[in-house]
This record gives sequence, structure tokens and C-alpha cells, in this order.
Amino acid sequence: MNEQLKVSSSPHIRDRVTTNNIMLMVVIALLPATFFGIYNFRHENAWVLVVVTTATAVLTEYIYERLMHKPVTIKDCSAVVTGLLLALNLPPTLPVWMGALGSVFAILVVKQLFGGLGQNFMNPALAARCFLLISFTGQMTYFVYDGVTGPTPLAELKAGEAVNSMDMLLGNIRGTIGETSVLAIMVGAMFLLLVGVIDLRIPGTYLLTFVIFITIFGGHGADPQYITAHLCGGGIMLGAWFMATDYVTSPITKSGQIVYGICLGVLTGLFRLFGGSAEGVSYAIIISNLLVPLIEKVTLPKPFGKGGEK
Amino acid sequence: MGLLTFKGGIHPNDGKSLAKDQPIKEILPTGKLIYPLSQHIGAPATAVVKKGDAVLKGQKIAEAGGFVSAPVYASVSGTVVGIEKHLNPAGNSVDCVVIENDGEYNEVEYPQIKPLNELSRDEVLTMIGNAGIVGMGGAGFPTRVKLTPKEPEKIEYIIANCAECEPYITADYRRMLENTEELVSGMRVVLSLFENAKGIFGVEDNKKDCIQKLKEATKDEPRMEVRVLQTKYPQGAERQLIYALTKRAINSSMLPADAGCIVDNVETLIGIHNAVILGKPLMERVVTVSGDAVEHPGNFKVLLGTNHQEVIAAAGGFKESPEKVISGGPMMGFAMISLDAPITKTSSSILAFEKDAVAKNPETACINCGRCVEVCPSRIVPSRLADYAQRFDEEAFLKWNGLECVECGSCSYVCPAKRQLKQSIGAMRKIALANKKKK
Repeated sequence: MNEQLKVSSSPHIRDRVTTNNIMLMVVIALLPATFFGIYNFRHENAWVLVVVTTATAVLTEYIYERLMHKPVTIKDCSAVVTGLLLALNLPPTLPVWMGALGSVFAILVVKQLFGGLGQNFMNPALAARCFLLISFTGQMTYFVYDGVTGPTPLAELKAGEAVNSMDMLLGNIRGTIGETSVLAIMVGAMFLLLVGVIDLRIPGTYLLTFVIFITIFGGHGADPQYITAHLCGGGIMLGAWFMATDYVTSPITKSGQIVYGICLGVLTGLFRLFGGSAEGVSYAIIISNLLVPLIEKVTLPKPFGKGGEK
Repeated sequence: MGLLTFKGGIHPNDGKSLAKDQPIKEILPTGKLIYPLSQHIGAPATAVVKKGDAVLKGQKIAEAGGFVSAPVYASVSGTVVGIEKHLNPAGNSVDCVVIENDGEYNEVEYPQIKPLNELSRDEVLTMIGNAGIVGMGGAGFPTRVKLTPKEPEKIEYIIANCAECEPYITADYRRMLENTEELVSGMRVVLSLFENAKGIFGVEDNKKDCIQKLKEATKDEPRMEVRVLQTKYPQGAERQLIYALTKRAINSSMLPADAGCIVDNVETLIGIHNAVILGKPLMERVVTVSGDAVEHPGNFKVLLGTNHQEVIAAAGGFKESPEKVISGGPMMGFAMISLDAPITKTSSSILAFEKDAVAKNPETACINCGRCVEVCPSRIVPSRLADYAQRFDEEAFLKWNGLECVECGSCSYVCPAKRQLKQSIGAMRKIALANKKKK
């Protein structure tokens, strides 16, 4: 009899979900926002920036891993997610080489130098966006819609001007490639919720805390128009559903995720209402990323039989 | 959902349909029978026969080696051909008594037994201890020890673990259907030891026919009750089962008796019935043979000591040569090195699979997704504990409650990075427990 049996530690069966298909789900979920952005900014040729930024991210990962003689992990799609998220966070008019530079920074500095997938302490796409924002402030805050340059609705809101909430919901406004259409983002987010890749814990507490914060400190009370404009403007939707929910840089403990969501809401509110610029989502997320180890430390779950059974 | 359960857990494909409808078939061994001296937790038994001795079926061949130990009985008549090292199902080479079967099955004269109501508590316990009964669900803890808690009057629930939450295994299921009376009788024996206790049969709701049968069989038993559990793995894990049925939670440093409970599984209770009502020692058990590589999956009543190869042959052998053979369930069983190993008191099943689901999924980096935290029935953080374990950081391991792990394997099952979480945590747990003992 053939005695070549395989031996391993139990369990001997595994769930079908893999890292690879989780990442693929995220890419699929980003597609509505991506295609809307490419269409919305077709005059600016946004598609070139999206393609180059994403491709550079994957290429950087490939070259680095080859040079370092590490197993090449581009097949797990995590670099695609990073590159695409970065592209969606860039203004459509940004010179293409800057997008590519951002991708190199995200993958090389933020992800690979800290140990690759799972080891980065902040979201690579957002860290790269902040890097670009500091390095090329002019180009990174230059927004165009339909050939007309101007401030984003969020900046107008901050200046006390009236904004059109309907346009903000649909996305017919100035902004970065992927953040303008709340509708397209929500389609992707719903998909992720349905397939169980994300849950409501982080985005739910984030958005709720933010709404409460601006209701108290925004100076407009519970004005639905004002709150809607804040929720539909800037990167908060893209950030809450796609970047705050990044597994690697959010707490693993359930109660920690609630605390993390509250931090995000408060920080975003602080930056938007009292900060120098109209936007604050990126900074709120990367600062909260840094708080994750502390949050996990104080939210260590109670084990079963020691009060944690409920 | 109003069904009783615990928080966490997983829903793997249960594979039970393969063997579920196959009635228990008795098989008789033809080759040598091998009896490991250690088929239980605790001190190994000491052999009381020597090479060349003639033995009868039901004769004691090894004596309990201490209080926490259990004797071993011959399940056939024949000649002792040696006391030697042999592989057990877990792949360890252990001391075994080897008997050449003469095919006669001549049995010893069992002593006359008194009816249950005339037996004293000590007599019942002695009979259970002498019969070599151990926890037959897989742990192998001597039942006699389990049934002698410090304060027997404080035991409120005797729980029959009828969950059988491991995928593929249907041995307990068949036992519940075909030996309902014996099961209830076993419970009656245990209840006679604990006057303040109530007997609960905890059955998962995927075994509707068992629930029906057990309800029928216990309708005139005021001290017994059948309760329905949600079908979920690991519903049959002792702590989770106790919680589901009584809402009392115990941690790793407590015993079920601390929550007023004693848990015994189906096969064990039937063994208790055989020991106390029939006066017979533990010599057989039901084993499920299943998996996609098995020609005719089924359930077999097997004499202890029978070679795995013979049991597999009884199920029609293999359709294709399997990549992996498991002794026990797919979640907690052992992958076998060799099929040349005997059925022991704790062998609940033999599963053979054409493809190994683990080998083709290499481990990748943890992405911190938290799925392991979601499913962990012990409410700990498996991914972090596995990191600490790999670094031998015992302090952090203990601080993050690594000792609370029940090694159910749910974390490894769900991990999208296919990390061997349970393996790392289990290995570190052993080290940490050993160090704790030293202190």
C-alpha cells in the first residue's frame, strides 16, 4: 500500500477565503468609483494617471522583491489596491510622474521597508498622498471640473458659501479622481459589506462620531444640509469605507475598532473645522493608524470564562 | 435564533451525509490486535500478562498505573505474542500488548451483578474505574476520576455531549439512533451518583431524528431533559457546551465541576451502561470511516486493538490512494503517518481524503483581518498569540491569555493567509503550561 501520507497539524480543512480573493474583492469594489472618476475627469485624461499610478505600485513591489530575493507577492493584489487607492486620492490634473513617485513612496518606503504586506504601520496610499501633498502642495490642491478651476465644495463650505448637495452626491464636482461620487463609493462599499470583507464597526462609528462632532462644533447645529455637505464633500466617504477599514492598519480587537472609529471622527472634525485646510481625512486616518498599537493595548478582549463570553 | 449556543465558532462543510445513513456494522478482526498501555490521560497502565500467556476476551491485560489511569482489557481470545513498541494513531511509538487472535472469542465469566438500585456509590465508581472507561470523545480522561469531584452534592448538571460538532463523524449520531436505551441507561447510572443533579442531553439541531428519539426515550425520566443546540463548531467543546446549556462560563484554570457540571460524551455513557448494567469492561467502540477517498463510508462497531487497515478494508478500502488519512475529526484529529496503528479507546473516526486541503495552501503574511478573533470561542486574539509563540515571548503570550486557548482550530480554519495559528499557539501553550508547573 502507498504509505506516502501527508502529515500536518490539525485542522485539516480550510475555509475558501484567501488573502488574494479579499484583495480582489476590494479592487472590484473600487471599480465603480474608478470608472466614474475616469469618466468625470475625461477632459483631464484621468485614466492615464490611474493606470500609471497603479502599474507603478505593482512594478515597484515586483522589482523590490526581485532585488531583495524575496518571494514575489504581486499576485496577492495588495499592490494593486494600494496603487488604485492612491490614484483615486489624486487630483486629475496632477502630472503623471508625481503619481508614479507617490506609488514608489507608498510601496517602497511605507510598505516594503517595514517588512511588506501586513507590516506597514500606516496606510501606504494615504501616507503617499500626504507625502505628495507636502512636496507638491500647489499641484495637489489644484482642482478642475469641466475645464473650470476653483475650490472644492468643501473649501466653499468652509468659506461659508452655499453648495449643491445633489451634485456632491452624484459626483459632478471638483475633487480628487475617486472621491467625488458618494454614490459610486457607496455601491462599492455595499458590495464589501455584503461579501463580508468589511463590517460596519469602523465606518459606522467614524461617520457617526464625525456627524456628532460637526453638529456640536460646526456652528450650524443639526442642519441636515450642512451635515450632508460635509459627508458628501472631500474624502470622508472614500476614507471611511476603503481606507479606515484597511485591515493592516486598524485594530484587530472589536472594541478597539470602535475606539479607532471615534478617534477618526473626532480628528477629521477637528481638522476640517479648525485646521488650516478644508480637508482632513487623510491626516486623521494616518494619525489614527499610529494610535492603533495603543488602542489595542487598552482594548485587550476579556477571554471566555473571565467575563468575555457574552 | 432561539437555539442554545456560544459566541464565535465556524460553519465548515459538515460532510456528514457520507456516512450518516449507514447503520452500525460489527466487524471482527483477523490479524493481530494491539493494545497501547496508554490510551488515556494520566499514568500508563502496567501490563499484567506476559509473552506466551493465553488470554480470554474480557480479561484484564493491563492494570491502572495510578489513580489517574485506566486498565486495558483483551477484546479477543488468543495468545499474547509480545509486549513491544508500536505506533499509535497519533504517530508515537508506545508500549503495547500484542495478542494473536484465535478467532474463538471465548469470554471470561463476568461476575454476577446487582441491579443499579442496590449498588452503593462506591461500588458503581469502582465498576466504572475497573472497566477502563475513559472519555471516548477524544480526550481520554479517566471517567472514574471525572465522576469523583470534591463536592458531589454540588453537581447540578450531568451533560451528555451529543453535539458531535466535528465534520464527517457520525458515530455518536448512529449510537443515539440505534442505542438510545443504552445511552439513557448510562445517564441513569451517572445520575445515581449525584442526587442533586439533572441529566441534560445537548444535541445539535442538525440531528432532528436523535432529538426526537431521545425525547421519546426520556419522557418518563423526570431527571432528564433534551436540549437543542445550534449547529456550529466547536459546540461540543466542553466549556462552550456548558455555557450553551447553563450560561455558566469556566476558564482554563477551572473544572466543569466548578460550574456544577460533569460532561460525558455519547460513547462514554454507553460504556458506563455496559460496565455497570452488563458488567462488561470496555472492549469496543463505534468508529466512523469516511472521507472522499473511502469506497463505502460507514459506521463500524470495532473491537479495540483492531488495526486501522482492517477497518478501512471493511469500508471497501480506498477509491483512490489518499493524500491524507486522519484519526479523529478534520478539525482536531491527527494526520496519520502510517495506517498500521490500532483503534484505541479514543478513536472516533478514520477519515481519508484524496486531496490535502492544507498542503496546497502555503502560509502567507498576516493581514490583520481579525477573522480569527471573530471566530475564537475563547475570545482571545489568535493572530497575535501565534506571533508571540513564534518568538517564544512567553510573557506576552500569557498576558494576552494564551492559556485560554482550547485548540479547536477555528482560527486556522478561517485564516485567509492560511497561517498555522492553532499549531503555533498549541506548541507555545505546552511550553507555558510546563513552565507553570515547574514554578
